[in-house]
Amino acid sequence: MDKLHLDKHISRQFNEELESLRQQVMAMGGLAEEMISDATRAVVEGDTELAQKVVESDDRVNEMEKTIDERCIMVLARRQPTASDLRLVVAMIKAINDLERIGDEAEKIARMAIRLAEADRPRTNYRELEIMGTTVRGMLHDALDGFARLAPEVAVELVRKDKNVDADYEAALRQYHTYLVEDSRNTRRIIDAIWVARSMERIGDHAKNIGEYIVYLVEGKDLRHATLAEMERELGDGGSSRSG
Amino acid sequence: MIEESRQATQIPAGVSLNQDRQALNIEREDICIETRGLNLYYADDQALKDVNLRIPRRRVTAFIGPSGCGKSTLLRCFNRMNDLIDICRIEGEIRIDGQDIHHRDVDVAEHRRRVGMVFQKPNPFPKSIFENVAYGLRLQGVNDRRKLSEVVESALRAAALWDEVKDRLEDNAFGLSGGQQQRLVIARAIAIEPEVILLDEPCSALDPISTAKVEELIIELKERYTIVIVTHNMQQAARVSDFTAYMYMGELIEFDDTSRLFTNPRRKATEDYITGRYG
Repeated sequence: MDKLHLDKHISRQFNEELESLRQQVMAMGGLAEEMISDATRAVVEGDTELAQKVVESDDRVNEMEKTIDERCIMVLARRQPTASDLRLVVAMIKAINDLERIGDEAEKIARMAIRLAEADRPRTNYRELEIMGTTVRGMLHDALDGFARLAPEVAVELVRKDKNVDADYEAALRQYHTYLVEDSRNTRRIIDAIWVARSMERIGDHAKNIGEYIVYLVEGKDLRHATLAEMERELGDGGSSRSG
Repeated sequence: MIEESRQATQIPAGVSLNQDRQALNIEREDICIETRGLNLYYADDQALKDVNLRIPRRRVTAFIGPSGCGKSTLLRCFNRMNDLIDICRIEGEIRIDGQDIHHRDVDVAEHRRRVGMVFQKPNPFPKSIFENVAYGLRLQGVNDRRKLSEVVESALRAAALWDEVKDRLEDNAFGLSGGQQQRLVIARAIAIEPEVILLDEPCSALDPISTAKVEELIIELKERYTIVIVTHNMQQAARVSDFTAYMYMGELIEFDDTSRLFTNPRRKATEDYITGRYG
């Protein structure tokens, strides 16, 4: 976080407020990442205990969102931040919203894992879901890493990976469709697996959003809804256009 | 379109939808005041260093920067207030509507009529409210009571003070509150129909309510006048101005559309100042 010079405010109190908020966002992100990882394992291994742990973690993520939100509002009201400080607070408010949604999706996956554990295991042992879950967990990891390092270029990579996840999701749907046609006794299990795939696909979208907030935070540019080519062009020169 | 969105969100007519405005670009603006290579010295001390600035017409331009950065000095140049200081020496050019304000044909009194100024501390004259606003016209030789009444009323209305003082125009101006006095001084400035209004920290002696009224007035006045304001209050600059200039140690560091300057300044020195960092 060196580039933001959070330790350089004349008000030491303000330095501390922003630094502590930033750490809380990272902690919340870390918890969401762990939830995705555990929820995916719970599906693949049929581990209901682990799934239960994920369900319980969601309350903590929700609490963290409320706390960080409230503290960000306090900073806006009391400090009236400008420039990079303003962009940091806005980026955090937006990022925690996506993190909270990721927590919700992970919780849904965990609930499905509990139901799937009672059903027969398919031959593939949900390998397609394991791949998707690992990919989207990696995406969130990269987004958080980009947030910590103030590296807007991760946004481009996240858009690319999100396209891959979307393709994996489509492929999984086709595969499940075939299963349904083959044997209608599997219907309930297949529908649950579709819900899992759907949640994972949504997690990819949220991680991609966080990448876009990093671009806003570092470059002051709004690249939401930009195409991959536009994004590469904007971030191509590899950094800020600011002069000394 | 705007009317539709007003209805949709129930924003009363007359409230300015600042967030709807497009990003401003100085290149597309009609320029009112322009300085070229402006240097100013107080004896051996250089207070302004090679200032090149273009101030757009019928917009609010704010000067911000730490104490002693030269922002008030620059403002005073525009109506030649610095002429009054013996040790002051100016190099370079200041043009208003393309005309060099230091040209020997320029009548300073006439120039100051075109470029009005309002100071930090309200400075009404020890006269009635009416006579304060009529003062400039009387100097111009206007004594027709009906003409004076007309101008006084319209200036007080323009300064958003009419309703508060219309029943006591003959009372002494010192009986008004600080915020009312400041609006009276603004009314006095607009009574003589200037083109430019310079405001040197006009709200620093006012409470928040009076400040809000003066800020609202500034935004209304830009329909008719070019306004330049010096302020120590950055939030005020962010609220009222279209363009902002950041100055430091006599130099113009950055000049840009206010929304750009306060969300994503181009220079680190500006960022450090507006976010309260030490460089």
